[in-house]
Amino acid sequence: MPLRAVVMNARDNVATALDSLKKGEDIELVISGEKELVKLKADIPFGHKFSLAEIEPNSPVIKYGEVIGVSTAPISAGDYVHVHNIASARARGDLQGGKE
Amino acid sequence: MSFLGYPRPKGYVGTRNYIGIISVVGCANDVSWWIAEKVKDAAVFLHSHGCCQTQPDLDTVNLTLTSLGWNPNLAAVLLVSLGCESSSVEIIADGIAKSGKPVEKVVLQKMGGKTNVVNEGTRIARAMAETAAKLKREEFPDSELRLGVKCGASDTTSGLLSNPATGVACDTLINNGGSCVFGETTEIIGAEHILEHRGATPEVGRKILEIVARMENRAIAMGVDMRGGQPSKGNIAGGLSTIEEKSLGAIVKAGTKPVKAVIEYGEKPEGKGLFLVDSPGREPEFLTALAAAGAQVIVFSTGLGAPQGFPFIPVIKITGNPNTYENLSEHLDIFVELGEQGVIQAGKALYREILEVASGKKTKAEAIGYGRFPNIFTIGPVV
Repeated sequence: MPLRAVVMNARDNVATALDSLKKGEDIELVISGEKELVKLKADIPFGHKFSLAEIEPNSPVIKYGEVIGVSTAPISAGDYVHVHNIASARARGDLQGGKE
Repeated sequence: MSFLGYPRPKGYVGTRNYIGIISVVGCANDVSWWIAEKVKDAAVFLHSHGCCQTQPDLDTVNLTLTSLGWNPNLAAVLLVSLGCESSSVEIIADGIAKSGKPVEKVVLQKMGGKTNVVNEGTRIARAMAETAAKLKREEFPDSELRLGVKCGASDTTSGLLSNPATGVACDTLINNGGSCVFGETTEIIGAEHILEHRGATPEVGRKILEIVARMENRAIAMGVDMRGGQPSKGNIAGGLSTIEEKSLGAIVKAGTKPVKAVIEYGEKPEGKGLFLVDSPGREPEFLTALAAAGAQVIVFSTGLGAPQGFPFIPVIKITGNPNTYENLSEHLDIFVELGEQGVIQAGKALYREILEVASGKKTKAEAIGYGRFPNIFTIGPVV
């Protein structure tokens, strides 16, 4: 069976869905050649992300082995990860008061 | 490897053989369009600039239009002016003349209005087209190609599949002695530390950090979170959560070679290798930056399905999103299968397609004539 989700780098704490995934499904992932199962706690649309681990609020969210943002709420393994629980750390004029 | 192109003065090679009808100011767009409609093999470039702007922006307009005139896909250029604009038809004409190709101008306010300027412009452009039609395609090595790369209407498949495949084609061309241009500075935010180390010299690395900070500061100055504009609503719907995630997936389309130089918007780099042009990634402005930089073919990687081409550059569309490829087949040229092998195979297929398109094969965007509304990127106010 083809992979239904992909982990881009062994450092990542999120995976990307390659199919429309449903809450309660056990999704098989390959991380550094090792197989791992994650049970989904929400539906994950095609191309969207879910967590591989517990992520505390204000912690880095990692994909491609790089920081893609900061968590804004507690996230646990199998949770849907998107704009509702991660924020960008860049180009934040709202936080920087419009000052360069 | 080789392709069949049109020889131009000073050793350049075109992949198309158009007569460029270039509007010098937004107010001359209508007459430019009417002239182009009457001339076979005309390609018209319209935009909304050239007047009531501050000098740095007017300089950008002059530079961009001059560089577009140099693009090897144009055999000759007719500049269309209103007369009272602040952009300079003389500066642009003199600049294009240095390319060695024919360039002429028509000016509405000096020639008695629309009817006369369309008649005279049509006469000039038709004569140019008659001469250009005598040129035949000749074989040239692929090292004569300059490829522009872009991603747009991205989703998460862009970073996983179509951008890496585009990167494979970029690396192949540079290995073969050619050149590539990328840009979309906004979509380097969050990935600049990676590109910094790809600078051919420490100074290029510093320049990359500088242009990214400059672009980010423009967004910060608006006093809001950039998210929603970048990544766009569509990017977010496609699974991209932050600009950092979008950027990390975006930079791979430029392959893995050292960045030889960073150029300003509208500039045309000299030499071979990988170049970075400072520009936002929005289609109308960025495709113009690639054309100005001398790209004769553009590869456009998309997830959600971006249809845009460019008036005189073939634009090849590549996607890794199977739903998009199925639903928008009239706009998309190449599909990337899932998996690492898929990326390498698609990169090779893309490279073959680049050579075929360079030799005259029409892209989907060319076949349906999508891409008539480019623009120029300026930073100051309309005053």
